Amino acid sequence: MNRLTIIGLVIIAVLVFVALFAPWIAPYDVGATNLAMRYLPPSSEHWFGTDSTGRDIFSRVVYGARISLQVGIVVVVVSAFIGTILGAIAGYYGGWVDRVVSGYVFNVFLAFPGLLLAIAMVAFLGAGLNKLILALCIIGWVGYARLIRGQVLKVREYDFVQAARALGASDRRILLLHILPNAIQPLIVQASLGMAGAVLSEAALSFLGLGVPPPAPSWGTMIEEARDLSTLQAAPHALIFPGIAIALTVLAFNFIGDGLREYLDPRQRAR
Amino acid sequence: MRTTVRYRIFGIVRRLLILLLVVWTVVSLVTLLIELVPGDPAVAVLGEQATPEQFAQFREKHGLDRPPFFFSFPRDNNGERHFVWHGVDNRYTDYWRSLLRGDMGLSFRNDRPVISLILERYPATIELAIFAMAIAIILAIPLGVIAGTNRGTIVDNVASVIALLGISLPSFVIGPMLVYVFAVKLGWLAPSGRFDWSDIILPAFTLGAALSAILTRMVRSSVIEELSEDYVRTARAKGLSERQVVYKHVLKNGLIPVVTILGLQLGVLLAGAIITEKIFGWPGLGLLLVEDGIGKRDYRVVQGCVLVISMTYIIANLLTDMAYRWLDPRIRVG
Repeated sequence: MNRLTIIGLVIIAVLVFVALFAPWIAPYDVGATNLAMRYLPPSSEHWFGTDSTGRDIFSRVVYGARISLQVGIVVVVVSAFIGTILGAIAGYYGGWVDRVVSGYVFNVFLAFPGLLLAIAMVAFLGAGLNKLILALCIIGWVGYARLIRGQVLKVREYDFVQAARALGASDRRILLLHILPNAIQPLIVQASLGMAGAVLSEAALSFLGLGVPPPAPSWGTMIEEARDLSTLQAAPHALIFPGIAIALTVLAFNFIGDGLREYLDPRQRAR
Repeated sequence: MRTTVRYRIFGIVRRLLILLLVVWTVVSLVTLLIELVPGDPAVAVLGEQATPEQFAQFREKHGLDRPPFFFSFPRDNNGERHFVWHGVDNRYTDYWRSLLRGDMGLSFRNDRPVISLILERYPATIELAIFAMAIAIILAIPLGVIAGTNRGTIVDNVASVIALLGISLPSFVIGPMLVYVFAVKLGWLAPSGRFDWSDIILPAFTLGAALSAILTRMVRSSVIEELSEDYVRTARAKGLSERQVVYKHVLKNGLIPVVTILGLQLGVLLAGAIITEKIFGWPGLGLLLVEDGIGKRDYRVVQGCVLVISMTYIIANLLTDMAYRWLDPRIRVG
């Protein structure tokens, strides 16, 4: 395995640990404001300093990992699940499902800027964690469906599938036991890159004020609060630490995705 | 020959059909999503304390008193929902009809036509996207060439790390950091607005950073690939300097895939401009959407902006695709 993939895995392992044990790791209450303690620079008491209302930035970044991972995991699992089912049905059976999914959905949804669609949906539905997740799933499943459909079309023609059919296996058995296991590898790569995308989209929407509403410590919300000029002047660390958290998370998932792709595709490994 | 022509016409027709489907979907989405707004848009705009006459007047002016769609399921006096058919005269067809006349309705807030609000803001967004692209190209080509010709050295690694940072740092992190350094600390540039010529530098850099990083990687790998070609050996053998080999021969061939990515990215830049405009208070379509539209719950403005931004994105991609097919005969059929 490549070095960058290992770095990515380590970062994600730390992130998951931090998210799981946030109440034990965070030294302060995430919501506790104290105007006497505002704009403090990083110190041994406040590792990442404090923000414009005196909240401990380290604690907020730690709890922010929960929101990011939660959104990422739910969005990726739900989109991958829906995408796999519809993609597999479209690829295996063809028919009207295929005509709707690959003829209409692929062409239309992939011709459309995903973030804009998410912004539009959240703008009309109202901000909030669940609506944000819903919006990201609606734009997210299409990529998985296209991937799985392509895989199914390819694997369907393999000899062992023909053999299984000749032995009288049912369509469902062929699909679940013979085709899908062979289509799952690229799905894992896509899911890893999808985690990066979902974390980024959550932060972007929260930054625009369309995600998790303010007191919650989303990294995007923290950046939005820190970019106010007087805060920027007094406490640039309020911007830098959540910024590093987002960048490291996105980078780590991209490293893992790229690494897995190379690992699974020997043609690329040779380079 | 005849088959080629037939394939090409088929390709164009197919593309236009898809375009029509996309337009239909986008318009349907923006007209139907407004029905999902929790609560009454009139209350959201006028506030609870408005009189019933004011509500009625507002609804009539914006066509909100008309049935929402071809059918609906309103509650009756017992609170049960029933299917009601409204016919073709409804808000959905209203929007289509006015759209075909170039009318996107009136702003809920200031009664100005949405189309003129959009046209006022459109040039600023296009300007930002073009400058962002220019900055990305200016940075990426030398950086990519230097990295590619010095493959495996420290220079290459530094360029790769910079490119990686550009890809993984989102605009809403890069932008405020640039504001901190160049506006707050150094005081060289204004933190926001569009008044002076220099005001475009920070937003354009912020928007172009990711594209620049992607392009650097592409130029690098193109240069590496082309350097192993036979014509490079020929050029070197006839005594050209390494500089001439790279800039006259290698770049010319290596830039073909880069040009395609550029075209496809124009659409991405236009959509990404929403966040950049918000960071820098750049008065383009994105700011209109986020502040005037979403921020003030002016749903007519939201509809118009989403429609125009997505159509610009789709048309930019379509034109790139066509130009690419026209430029490269190998992929014309397909």
